[in-house]
Amino acid sequence: MASTPPIDLPSHATGAGAFDTPALDEGSALFEYLLRLGDDSLILGQRLGEWCGHAPSVEVDLSLANMALDLIGQATHFLDHAGKVEGKGRDGDALAFHRDVLDYRNCLLVEQPNGDFARTMARQFLFSTWQKLLFRHLLGSTDELIAGVAEKAVKEVTYHQELASEWVIRLGDGTDESRRRIGDGLAWNWRFVPELFEMDDLAAAMAGRGIGADLAAFRADYDARIGAVLAEATLEPPADQRPILGGRRGHHSEHLGHILCTLQFLPRTYPDAKW
Amino acid sequence: MVAAARLEETAPIWAVLAEVADPEIPVISVVELGIVRSVEPDRVVITPTYTGCPATRVIERDVRAALDAAGYRHVRIETALSPAWTTDWISAEGRRKLHAYGIAPPATQAVRCPQCGSADTEEISRFGSTPCKALWRCRACREPFDLFKCH
Repeated sequence: MASTPPIDLPSHATGAGAFDTPALDEGSALFEYLLRLGDDSLILGQRLGEWCGHAPSVEVDLSLANMALDLIGQATHFLDHAGKVEGKGRDGDALAFHRDVLDYRNCLLVEQPNGDFARTMARQFLFSTWQKLLFRHLLGSTDELIAGVAEKAVKEVTYHQELASEWVIRLGDGTDESRRRIGDGLAWNWRFVPELFEMDDLAAAMAGRGIGADLAAFRADYDARIGAVLAEATLEPPADQRPILGGRRGHHSEHLGHILCTLQFLPRTYPDAKW
Repeated sequence: MVAAARLEETAPIWAVLAEVADPEIPVISVVELGIVRSVEPDRVVITPTYTGCPATRVIERDVRAALDAAGYRHVRIETALSPAWTTDWISAEGRRKLHAYGIAPPATQAVRCPQCGSADTEEISRFGSTPCKALWRCRACREPFDLFKCH
């Protein structure tokens, strides 16, 4: 059985009381948590949208665009709800189009560049496997909106996970070139997996209140699923790398700014533009 | 008595909704699609088919316009995410209309070609022209067709 992504985090990584981890009241904590959920979906949806018209075949093009649509739908629900919780009159659009890099709370994995098709599928495989397990746990959230979106989206994300897993297997157990490319793609994205399971103070508080998920609860399940697909793909898991963290607190790679340039250009340049 | 009076009030609203077509598949109504979850004298509850379905907003707008036009301006529209919509809620009549329109209705067993009726069919792509459909092909008549995904 293949080994699985490294997820032992350095203990100093999630220090409390630092400038980027302020103590939050209950409303602000829920707002922040909803941004994490919504921003993951929004940024990955935007990334997948970049493939539109460029995928290897029209069927794949449709698959990627459909997954993007599902993810942006999730983001709309989470961010609209975040705006209501915040109570400052912002809706999902305001949060998507009028926040800057430092205010985004997505994990670093979703903002990674598409690279080639294999790298995109590697990213999708690592993310959707996680998101499906996350949403399963959020079915029991005491927040009605979070539980409702999870109930709806878990069926959609099952498709994402299956599609990505099938591609990992097909590419891994394919030609020399496809095998090399999916191996490279997994190696590129591997170091961003530990962040998916990071339980910082906010995540722990939200899990404690019954709103958020205890990420540690499905880590073993995640490892097993990733390992099973890699084994079927005849791929060795990439070598462990130093985990990279920070997205949940607004510390992003340079890539996010470039995504936001495209994502936010129109509503910022033409503020009253109507669809 | 109360139930009868209530039915008298809600039946005409159901009738209005039965005329509102799904924007993506105009041969079936929103009622046949199963997204109208409840009708009360002062509110209609609808549920989206898919989280990111762009038709959701159009449906809400179309329902609003139909209600207004029929004199039900006071009836408000609410959206409920839970329980999540499932293709099991598509009515028998809705399934028949989908098939006649060239879209294979959601199937748990053999998928039948809506053109020639053959069950000798295969999946081309799990994702199709809209979030609710997959792309299939008939091996018998060679025609590609949409399958309403079982969801």
